[in-house]
Amino acid sequence: MITTRALTKRYGQVTAVDGVDLEVRAGDVYGFLGPNGSGKTTTVRMLLGLVLPTSGRIEVLGQRVPRHAGRVLGRVGAMVEAPAAYGHLSGRANLALLDAAGPGGARRTRRRRIETALEQVGLDGVDRRPVKAYSLGMRQRLGLAAAVLRQPELLVLDEPTNGLDPQGIHEIRDLLLALNAAGTTIFLSSHLLAEVELMCDRVGVLDRGRLVLQDNLAALRTPTGQVVLHTPDADRAVALLDGQVGERAGDRLVVRSGDPAELNAMLVGAGIRVRELAAERRSLEQVVLAATTAGSDRVDRRPGPRPVTTPSTMDGPATGAAGEPVDDPLTGAGGEPVDNPANGVGGEPVDGRAGEPAEREEAAG
Amino acid sequence: MIGVELLKLVRRPRTWIMILLLDALPTLVAILLAVTDIGPRPGAGPAFLSAVLANGRLFPAAALAIVLPLFLPVSVAVMAGDSIAGEAQAGTLRYLLIRPVGRTRLLVAKLVTVLVFVLLAVVVVTVTAYFVGTHLFGNEPIGVTTVSGTVLTPRQAVLRTVLAMLFVALSMLGVAAVALFLSTVTDSPLAAALGALAFLVTSTLLLTLDAAQSLRPYLPTRYWLSFVDVFRQPILWRDLVRGVALQAVYMVVLLGAAWANFATKDVKS
Repeated sequence: MITTRALTKRYGQVTAVDGVDLEVRAGDVYGFLGPNGSGKTTTVRMLLGLVLPTSGRIEVLGQRVPRHAGRVLGRVGAMVEAPAAYGHLSGRANLALLDAAGPGGARRTRRRRIETALEQVGLDGVDRRPVKAYSLGMRQRLGLAAAVLRQPELLVLDEPTNGLDPQGIHEIRDLLLALNAAGTTIFLSSHLLAEVELMCDRVGVLDRGRLVLQDNLAALRTPTGQVVLHTPDADRAVALLDGQVGERAGDRLVVRSGDPAELNAMLVGAGIRVRELAAERRSLEQVVLAATTAGSDRVDRRPGPRPVTTPSTMDGPATGAAGEPVDDPLTGAGGEPVDNPANGVGGEPVDGRAGEPAEREEAAG
Repeated sequence: MIGVELLKLVRRPRTWIMILLLDALPTLVAILLAVTDIGPRPGAGPAFLSAVLANGRLFPAAALAIVLPLFLPVSVAVMAGDSIAGEAQAGTLRYLLIRPVGRTRLLVAKLVTVLVFVLLAVVVVTVTAYFVGTHLFGNEPIGVTTVSGTVLTPRQAVLRTVLAMLFVALSMLGVAAVALFLSTVTDSPLAAALGALAFLVTSTLLLTLDAAQSLRPYLPTRYWLSFVDVFRQPILWRDLVRGVALQAVYMVVLLGAAWANFATKDVKS
């Protein structure tokens, strides 16, 4: 569904996306992860023909983008960063305008499709109030409705659950999984790892513009070869499993063992009571943290001694001062790609709280 | 797409507020004139205004002369400056483009919308002025006296007013093109509108400067007031034609620049 080869985007000196080879197959729920400023949004924008790549190629639904974007995008539903709508019009009017603006989507079925989409995202009871009176959660749902309006084959979503409460997140997850079961491929860009872990079957991890990991989630989460054991008889267990116990905290033991069943049998055979026993798996969080560095929103002072650049042949105080490297903290963090700061805010989980009180009102109405 | 843009135009409250404001100025002038009965001396003030007290049927032309130098170009700059930058600022530009709407198509639709707005504004101003003029001032059914002193039949007068309206609307093409171009450059509708206005003020200033004599024929505001020539007998076509041609040149060049910029732009809004 989506294939990129050596996809690269440079903004002047900054390489935002660097040689990315994405592979999203039909029927996938693909989780696209990475720290803030790692190039996720730039990549998503390139997939949709909004940002033009510096080099590399993109194929979406078997067609080259951006060259044939006009042919392909009608079959793609997308939400890029925050949803957007005309504030003075109602949600329905916004969907109708958007539907009428482009190809595909017959006028005859428009009203019905709008109602279906609103129903899918849980906004079907919304009145004629203008979008500027919507809460953050309602806007998010409206953005999703716009994405699913024409039953697309591919959904490209950037933080689709931003601003929703736990109940709303659960609803949207169910909706996306149902769409996926009906044949829609879903490309989900997010940094909510728990969300991705619950939904996705494949993940790609971006770090500083490079795709550092792309695999099936199941493969990433294979057992680590250790078993976590909870037992009230910890001391006896340690004695029995001498040398196999990796770490101990109270009654929790981490045991090196390839086969939990055999370990269990051995413990029970020795009369040791087992409260809990499970093969240890790496969480997605551990996988991602191991693969990535800090996001670009973390700005540290540049560590280490300053490099001396004064050439030995040209000494003297004047050239020495001129050769001093500029220690600008911003550029210091910054070989890193920095997304448009205005956009960056949208991706932050922090701003998800703004519309909460109005949200309850929506649930009541 | 053009249909959608026009729908957005008429459903936007701002459109009607601007037209209302455009309409308010000539109406205010008419009321003041009618109440005080003090007309400007012939040759001073906006064109036609001195003749209006005698014949209200000339007031549409006077109203056009009142809004033409400032109010109309300001509203055009605001509308055209908002066209792309406004969508970018609201975030709706990216959703239009991935809908997908071709970038060239979007640009053309926006331009057509601005032109429709100008026409709409000019028509509303003229029609209102006709009613205001014929009710507040003397209404000579015989006909309208031209600038040259001859009298037009009512039918001729209507035709010439329509011609003047068209010329005034076309005169706004240059401003619209500048604002539209700037609108593709910046994501701030305010900056685009102000940029277009700066361009306009420069042009108006240079017109009054003798040192800028050689530039005069190329300034976008040079032929604006030539619409007065429509009311001469016979019509003085020379400046009218030059005015339209000059606006067309501005249009083609700046629209080309807008297209070249927008079609290859990274949309990061």
